[in-house]
Amino acid sequence: MKVLVPVKRVIDYNVKARVKSDQSGVDLANVKMSMNPFCEIAVEEAIRLKEKGAVEEIIAVSIGPIQAQETIRTALAMGADRGILVQTDADPEPLEVAKLLKAVAEAESPSLILMGKQAIDGDNNAVGQMLSALLGWPQATFASKVEVAEATVRVTREVDGGLQVLELDLPAVVTADLRLNEPRYASLPNIMKAKKKTIDIKTVDDYGGAGAGHLKVLKVTEPAKRVAGVKLETAAELVTKLKTEAGVL
Amino acid sequence: MAVLVVADHDNASLKDNTHKTVTAALAVSGEVDVLVAGEGVAAAAAAAAQITGVRKVLTAESPALGRQIGEAVAGCVLALMPGYDAVLVPATSVGKNFAPRVAALLDVAPISEIQAVIDAETFVRPIYAGNALETVKSADAKKVITVRATAFKAAEEGGAAPIEAVDPGPGAPHTRFVSDEIVKSDRPELAAAKIVVSGGRAMGSAEEFHRVIEPLADKLGAAVGASRAAVDAGYAPNDYQVGQTGKVVAPQLYIAVGISGAIQHLAGMKDSKVIVAINKDADAPIFQVADYGLVADYKTAVPALMEALGAAGL
Ligand SMILES: Cc1cc2nc3c(=O)[nH]c(=O)nc-3n(C[C@H](O)[C@H](O)[C@H](O)COP(=O)(O)OP(=O)(O)OC[C@H]3O[C@@H](n4cnc5c(N)ncnc54)[C@H](O)[C@@H]3O)c2cc1C
Ligand SMILES: Nc1ncnc2c1ncn2[C@@H]1O[C@H](COP(=O)(O)O)[C@@H](O)[C@H]1O
Repeated sequence: MKVLVPVKRVIDYNVKARVKSDQSGVDLANVKMSMNPFCEIAVEEAIRLKEKGAVEEIIAVSIGPIQAQETIRTALAMGADRGILVQTDADPEPLEVAKLLKAVAEAESPSLILMGKQAIDGDNNAVGQMLSALLGWPQATFASKVEVAEATVRVTREVDGGLQVLELDLPAVVTADLRLNEPRYASLPNIMKAKKKTIDIKTVDDYGGAGAGHLKVLKVTEPAKRVAGVKLETAAELVTKLKTEAGVL
Repeated sequence: MAVLVVADHDNASLKDNTHKTVTAALAVSGEVDVLVAGEGVAAAAAAAAQITGVRKVLTAESPALGRQIGEAVAGCVLALMPGYDAVLVPATSVGKNFAPRVAALLDVAPISEIQAVIDAETFVRPIYAGNALETVKSADAKKVITVRATAFKAAEEGGAAPIEAVDPGPGAPHTRFVSDEIVKSDRPELAAAKIVVSGGRAMGSAEEFHRVIEPLADKLGAAVGASRAAVDAGYAPNDYQVGQTGKVVAPQLYIAVGISGAIQHLAGMKDSKVIVAINKDADAPIFQVADYGLVADYKTAVPALMEALGAAGL
């Protein structure tokens, strides 16, 4: 079985995003970029399935600038087999990403697409669901457990209130939540080995081209800042403040 | 222009997120209908009919809708969209699961987790864990929007809209429900509670989490939340997680016990009216957003707080 893992290059999760003073966006110049943490979890899950013998080939695909090769390289160092970069300097909206990934999926015919539930830059939480809808494949989002059988996949999902278990016919789209696994660090030998794995560099036109943007960003602003309050000495003082000053008790 | 709101419910009862999403929808249009898609939803639909400002309530029922299977809900909504210019959905695990599908099948861009409506085409949404707010204008003829319910006031009740059944749609032929594990609790729901008490990694064990956090929450009539670290370690169930990738809460009072205040956690609670932090590290980032802080070991601070609350008649 072949697994496709879409991976996105985003601001590192330890970095606090800063808004540009002209309100045109978030300042990404000289900011550390990494693989989106949820995509890392998806890559790890694909590798574990391969280690269990359920999967033969793992293809990591990213849509983004030439630097997104590094993100794919990270996936290869973790254990993915080959990569595809759909190179574009435009920052495509989730709808465009989903359409391009659909074209990649049609060219590669994977049985399973494992991806992140959310990219931590745009916080859209949308591409997996859209890709599933466009392909007409079943979906299971927010996965905390994935069990693959011959023609089906059983997924435990984290939902409001608890957990839900679904069984999907393959091919299917599954999006990873935080507790699916803990991604490994690539070992030095595997980082060296990954340098020899292939990354096909493609254009958007190779996969049907990009459509016009549907959303126009008018401005990006900073949220209202909270000011640090006061540190109190005793719990009694705290209760008094909450009652009289804040009026929340 | 008419707007469809998809109700948040558990089949038996309607949830407050619906009222809040109706408020957002009324900022877009005066013609707001509510769809209750599930199974055995008569009472929930009757409750939706009482929301002030609602024109009509639609019900759609099938087993797949009863389990809120994403493909089924999306199919049902999609079939109704010829009659609407926008659909607004509470950004719950159900809403986030199906709404982008509707957008993809309509060939429009979904707009995730709006926290303000500027006009019928322009919305404000948080990005980068809430460290930036994006104002976006949609060029699409139909809009598919998820709504961060905590950012909107609940619409009042007092209406009497007609209720009408609609087709449940094609279901989900390739997706089967196997089982669920829903945690039942007598405490208020996290997303709607007036007070939230959350525990972090400092708790060290599930027993300690129960022993320390829950009695404090119960004394205050509060919901219980947790940091990701506490959930990952198994101290608390997954749906207690507050944050960028968990639940977003905005209660009157949020009490963080033994939580450091990572950006991902702050993203889920920094819009609370009043924040209290109990942490033994005076430099913990949580103090930068807390209105009141106790720099103390929770092992002494929480019992002291319980006592002080008791002394104050609570
Ligand atoms: C993609 C991604 C998404 C994430 N999403 C979320 C999310 O949605 N929600 C979330 O919460 N996190 C999220 N995180 C994790 C986040 O980065 C932090 O790791 C997490 O919030 C830390 O939890 P914590 O504050 O409980 O633990 P820690 O950071 O370890 O903090 C524990 C705190 O307890 C204090 N303490 C210890 N002992 C005591 C004591 N006896 N008395 C008082 N205080 C004490 C310490 O001083 C410390 O400040 C995410 C991370 C990633 C990468
Ligand atoms: N540019 C991209 N390239 C590859 N995969 C992407 C891209 N954007 C989003 N994805 C995938 O879609 C998931 C959800 O992203 P989003 O819907 O944007 O929050 C991510 O975790 C990735 O797996």
